[in-house]
Amino acid sequence: MIPAQFDYVRPTTVDEAVQALRDGGDDAKLLAGGQSLLPVLRLRMADPSLIIDLGGIPELKGVREEGNEVVVGAMTSHYDVTRDDTLRQHVALIGEATKTVADPQVRHRGTLGGALAHADPAGDLAAPALALDAQFVIAGSGGTRTVAAADFFEDYFTTAIGEGELLTEIRFPKYTGWGARYEKFNRVAQAWSIVAVAATVKVDGGKITDARIGLTNMAGTPVRARGVESALVGQSASEDTVRQAAQAAAEGTSPTADADAGSDYREHLARVLTGRAVLAAAG
Amino acid sequence: MTTTENTPTQEIGRDRRRKEDRRLITGRTRWTDNQALTGLLHISIVRSPFAHADIKGIDTSAAKQVPGVVAVYSAADLGADQVQLPCAWPITKDMKAPQRPALAGSRVNFAGEGVAVVVARSAAIAKDAAELVEVDYSELEPVLDMEEALKDGATLVHPEIGTNANAQWVFDSGEAGSGGSVAEALKKAESDDDQIIVRRRFRQQRLVPVFMEPRSTVVDPNAEQLTMWSSTQVPHILKTMLALTLGLPEHKIRVIAPDVGGGFGGKIAVAPEEVVTLLVAQKTGKPVKWTETRSESLLTAHHGRDQVQELAMSVTKDGRITGLDVRLIADMGAYLGLVGPGVPILGAFMFNAIYKIPAYRFDCTNVFTTKTLTDAYRGAGRPEATFGIERLMDEAALELGMEPLEFREKNWIKHEEFPFTTVSTLTYDTGNYEAATAQAKQMFDYDGLRREQQERRRRGDVKQLGIGISTFTEMCGLAPSRVLGSLDYGAGGWETASIRMQPTGKAEVVVGVSPHGQGHETAFSQIVADQLGVPFEDVEILHGDTQSSYKGLDTYGSRSLAVGGIAVVKAAEKVVEKAKPIAAHMLEASEGDLEFSGGKFTVKGTDKGVGIQDIALAVFAAHDYPEGIEPDIDAHATFDPENFSFPHGTHLCAVEVDTETGFVEMYKYVCVDDVGNVINPLIVEGQVHGGLAQGIAQALYEEAAYDDQGTLLSGTLVDYTLPSAADLISFDTANTTTASTTNPLGVKGVGEAGTIASTPAVVNSVLDAIRHLGVKDIDMPTTPYRVWTAIQNASGHAGRADEANVASPGAGLGSTARDMPEGGNL
Repeated sequence: MIPAQFDYVRPTTVDEAVQALRDGGDDAKLLAGGQSLLPVLRLRMADPSLIIDLGGIPELKGVREEGNEVVVGAMTSHYDVTRDDTLRQHVALIGEATKTVADPQVRHRGTLGGALAHADPAGDLAAPALALDAQFVIAGSGGTRTVAAADFFEDYFTTAIGEGELLTEIRFPKYTGWGARYEKFNRVAQAWSIVAVAATVKVDGGKITDARIGLTNMAGTPVRARGVESALVGQSASEDTVRQAAQAAAEGTSPTADADAGSDYREHLARVLTGRAVLAAAG
Repeated sequence: MTTTENTPTQEIGRDRRRKEDRRLITGRTRWTDNQALTGLLHISIVRSPFAHADIKGIDTSAAKQVPGVVAVYSAADLGADQVQLPCAWPITKDMKAPQRPALAGSRVNFAGEGVAVVVARSAAIAKDAAELVEVDYSELEPVLDMEEALKDGATLVHPEIGTNANAQWVFDSGEAGSGGSVAEALKKAESDDDQIIVRRRFRQQRLVPVFMEPRSTVVDPNAEQLTMWSSTQVPHILKTMLALTLGLPEHKIRVIAPDVGGGFGGKIAVAPEEVVTLLVAQKTGKPVKWTETRSESLLTAHHGRDQVQELAMSVTKDGRITGLDVRLIADMGAYLGLVGPGVPILGAFMFNAIYKIPAYRFDCTNVFTTKTLTDAYRGAGRPEATFGIERLMDEAALELGMEPLEFREKNWIKHEEFPFTTVSTLTYDTGNYEAATAQAKQMFDYDGLRREQQERRRRGDVKQLGIGISTFTEMCGLAPSRVLGSLDYGAGGWETASIRMQPTGKAEVVVGVSPHGQGHETAFSQIVADQLGVPFEDVEILHGDTQSSYKGLDTYGSRSLAVGGIAVVKAAEKVVEKAKPIAAHMLEASEGDLEFSGGKFTVKGTDKGVGIQDIALAVFAAHDYPEGIEPDIDAHATFDPENFSFPHGTHLCAVEVDTETGFVEMYKYVCVDDVGNVINPLIVEGQVHGGLAQGIAQALYEEAAYDDQGTLLSGTLVDYTLPSAADLISFDTANTTTASTTNPLGVKGVGEAGTIASTPAVVNSVLDAIRHLGVKDIDMPTTPYRVWTAIQNASGHAGRADEANVASPGAGLGSTARDMPEGGNL
C-alpha cells in the first residue's frame, strides 16, 4: 500500500490527542484500528496531512463496570469485546454483533470506538449501540460531553463528534439476563452486511416483557424498529406472534439499492431477519 | 509404475508434506518484489479511467517536478505504442488481430490501459507523481455488450480492423467425418414424435484469476544477459516472445521466475507491464522494478470466461442424445492475449464430455469489447464447456422426466468401450464413469438425500434442499505437439528435464515446467527418488531460470506431471542407461548380467553391486572408466505426449436454499475424481480442494462486473467477493484409479479438475432446490438477491425492480461509494 504522504503522531494521553487534533487542524485524521482508514488511504480517497494514532493511549482501552453501566474504552479491540465476561453478562448483544465483524485479523485490529465513530451504515456495531441506548463520551478541548446514541449517528459517516473532538468511551446500560442475537446477512463471511438486525429481549414466563431492536444498513444511520419493539411487549415468544410483530420492521427505513440488493429486498430481509433475531434472542 | 514397485521405500504414493512449503508459507523466500538491486528504480503506470477514448495530449511537467522522479515517459517516448504484444494462437487464417501496444499511444480501449509511466527513486514517489500526470482524453462510446457489438452499425473498438468480430471457429462432425450432421439431426428431431429438442441459453460470467501474489517484474539491463525477474507462469515462453516482440537476440535475454505466488492462468502472459519495465530499464540504463497493487491487478491482469452459450440438444424420449449444437460468443475484451482467442476453442473438444453424441457442431465467434482482455483462467475453455453440457444434461433430464444421473448413465461411454474416439475427434484412453459415480453416490448417500429433499418439500420447509450433479471429464496435459499444430497454436507441447548427478551422489533435477504453488519440488523429488533409488532428501528440483533451465514450455493446462513429470522419468532412465556400462566396468561383469533396482546395479545371482550414487563419484573422479564412453551420467530428455490425459469424476453437491432470503448454503460436497495413478495423495487432495473452491466461487460468489460506462465495479477484493474457508464446507474427496495408458507413470492431470467439474454441480443443486417453486434458471453467480428475485418472479411477485447501477468505483468499502469521486485511484 502506498498512501499519499502524511505526518504521524502517537500521543499517550487523551489530552495530548486533543492537543494534536487542535494543532493538526481540518486535515488531521484519527487512527484507531485502521480497518476503515487504511483502505481509504490505500485507494487515495483521503489524503490527510496528519495521522494521530490513538493506539498508545492506555486510558482508552478496557471494559469496566460503573454502577448500572458497563463502560467500554473506545480503543478496545473487537477481539477483547467478544472475550469480555462483564459485557457477556450484562450487554450480550454487543458481543454477539462484534463476533460477526469480518474475520479474526480484522477483529484483532479493529476497535469498538473506531467502528462507531466511522458510522458506516453497513457496519455492524452502530445498530446494537442504538438498540442498547448507549451513551457516547466525547472529549474535546473544553472537557468531555456525553451524547445519547439516538443523537450520535447523524448521517452516512457522520456523527455528533465535532471538530477537534474524539470519542473516548461508550457506556452501556445493563441488560442483565436479556437474550441477544445479531442476525447478519451478507454474501461472504468477511463482507459488510447487506442488512442485519440487532435484537435483545427480556423474557419472563414465556412472555416478552421488553425488547430493543436496531437495524443495520436500512438507512444512512442505524434505525430503531420501535414498531416491532412495542408490538412484541406482552406477547408470547412464539414463532407466529414474533413473525407477525416483525412485519413492522421496515417501517420508517430508507434502504439503499445496489448490486447486492434492491431496497424492496432489503425491506423484506429486515422483516425476515427481525423475526429470526427476536426468536433466537428469546430462545 | 516402474523400477521400484513393491520395494518398501517407494516414494510414489506417499503423502509427503511439501518440501517447499516452509519457505513459501513463511515468506522467507525470493518473490520478485523482494529483489533489491543497487540503484533500482521504480515505476508507476498512469492508467486510463475511461474504457474508450482518444488521447489528445499528455502533460508530464508537474510530475517531472516531484523530487525523486527520474523521468516520465509517454508511450511514444519509449516506442511502447509501436510494440505488438504477441498472440500465439491465431485460431483461423482470417483472424482479426488488432495491434496491442505496451502503452496506448493515441487511443485507449479499456479502463485501466496504461498511457504513461513515471520512473522514480522509490515506488511511493512514482505513485505520487503518477497522480500529477495530466492526460487529455476525448471520450468515445464504450463497447460493452458482446451481442450488440456484432450488430451492423455497432461502435467499433478498433475501427482499423473494420469489425468487432475477432474470428469465427467452427467444428462440424458431419464435415469432419467423426459423426453426423447436427443440422440434419435437429431437423429430423423436429419432425419426430419420439424426440424432443432442448434449447437453453447460458451465461458464463466474467471472472478474475485472483492470484495471491500480485504481478511484479524487475529488469536489470546491465547484467551479461538482460535479466528479467517476473512473477510469471511462463518464463521460457516469455523469453522467446520478448526476443520476437522486441527484436532482441534471444541469447542475450535471461528470464527468471523465482518463487511465484499463484497464477491460475492469470500469469500466462507477455504483459504490457513486463515490456514497459524492460523498455524503461533499457532507456535509463538502470535496473527497474514494477509491482502492481491489488486493484491494479483486478483491473488490468487478464480476466477469464465471459461467454454467451446457445445450446440445442436433440434427444429421444427414452433418453438417447441424437445431436448437440453449440453456438458461443466469447468476449476477448479489448485485445488478444497470448492464447486468448484459443481459450473458448478448447471447449470445442469438451462439450460432448463423457457422452456418446452422434452428431455435434461447435461454432464460436470471438468478440472485441472495451473491457480488460480475457485469456486463460484455471480450466480455460473446459469449465465453460463442462458447465454448458452438465447444465443441459439436467435440463434435458427434466424435460424427459428422467432421473438426471440415469439420463447421464444412459449416454456415457461405458468402461469397456475405452479407448473411445469421440465425436470431437479425441481418443479417451481410459476411464470408468460407472465406478466413480457409484462411489460418489455411496459417499454422498444420494438416495438418502433425495428422500430428505422430498420430505423438506412436503413439509414446505423454509430451507429447501437441492442436489446437483456433474459427471465430467476434461482434456489436459497440454499437449501433443502435432495436435497443437493442427489447431494453429504457435508452439509445441513437449517438456524437458535434465538430471545432473553430483559427485556426492545428490541429484539436481532441472525441469522446464515452472511451478507457482503446485508442489512440483516434492512430487518430482518423489519420482526421481523412485527412478534412481536415491533418498527423497537427495533430490533438488531446479526451475524457472532460463540460465539453468534453458528449455521448457512452462506450467498451465495441468501439464506439469503428465508431460513434465514424464520428461523427468525419461531423463532418469537415461541416467541409469549411461551408468550401466560404468557399473559393469566397476563390477567386472558384463552389462547383460546387471540389473538395476533400489538405486543399485547388481550382478544377477550374486550379492555384488554398486550404487548409482557411487557411480556418480566414480565418473567425477574419472580415474577408471571404460574406453569409448564419456565419464558422465547426466542426462537430458524431452517428452512429447502422444495424447492428452483425460481425468474424470463424479461430483455431487447438496445445498440448502433459504427460500425466504435466497441465501445458498453449501450442505454437502462429494467428489470422486479419477486422476490415474497418484504420486502424492496430499498434493492431489490440495489441488482438488483449491479447484473446488474456485469452481464453487464461480457458481455462488464471483463476478467481474462493469457499469454502463465500462468501468470495472469489482476493483477491490471487497467488491470482488472471493469466498474464504468460512464460506465453504469440508469437502469429501476420493479417487478411483484407471491408470492412463498414454504415459509410463499412468498419471493424469489434476490441477484444473475441481474447477472444471464443480460449477455446474453447484448451480444444478441451487436450481434443484427451488425448481418446484417455478424457478427455471438463475445467472451466475447465484447471489441471494438473484435467487430471491427468481423465487419472487416465479411466484408472480415482481422483484429486483429497483436494482440500479448505483455501484461506483470503490463501492463496497462499506457504503463509502456515495462519497467517492469517479475513477478512484488504484
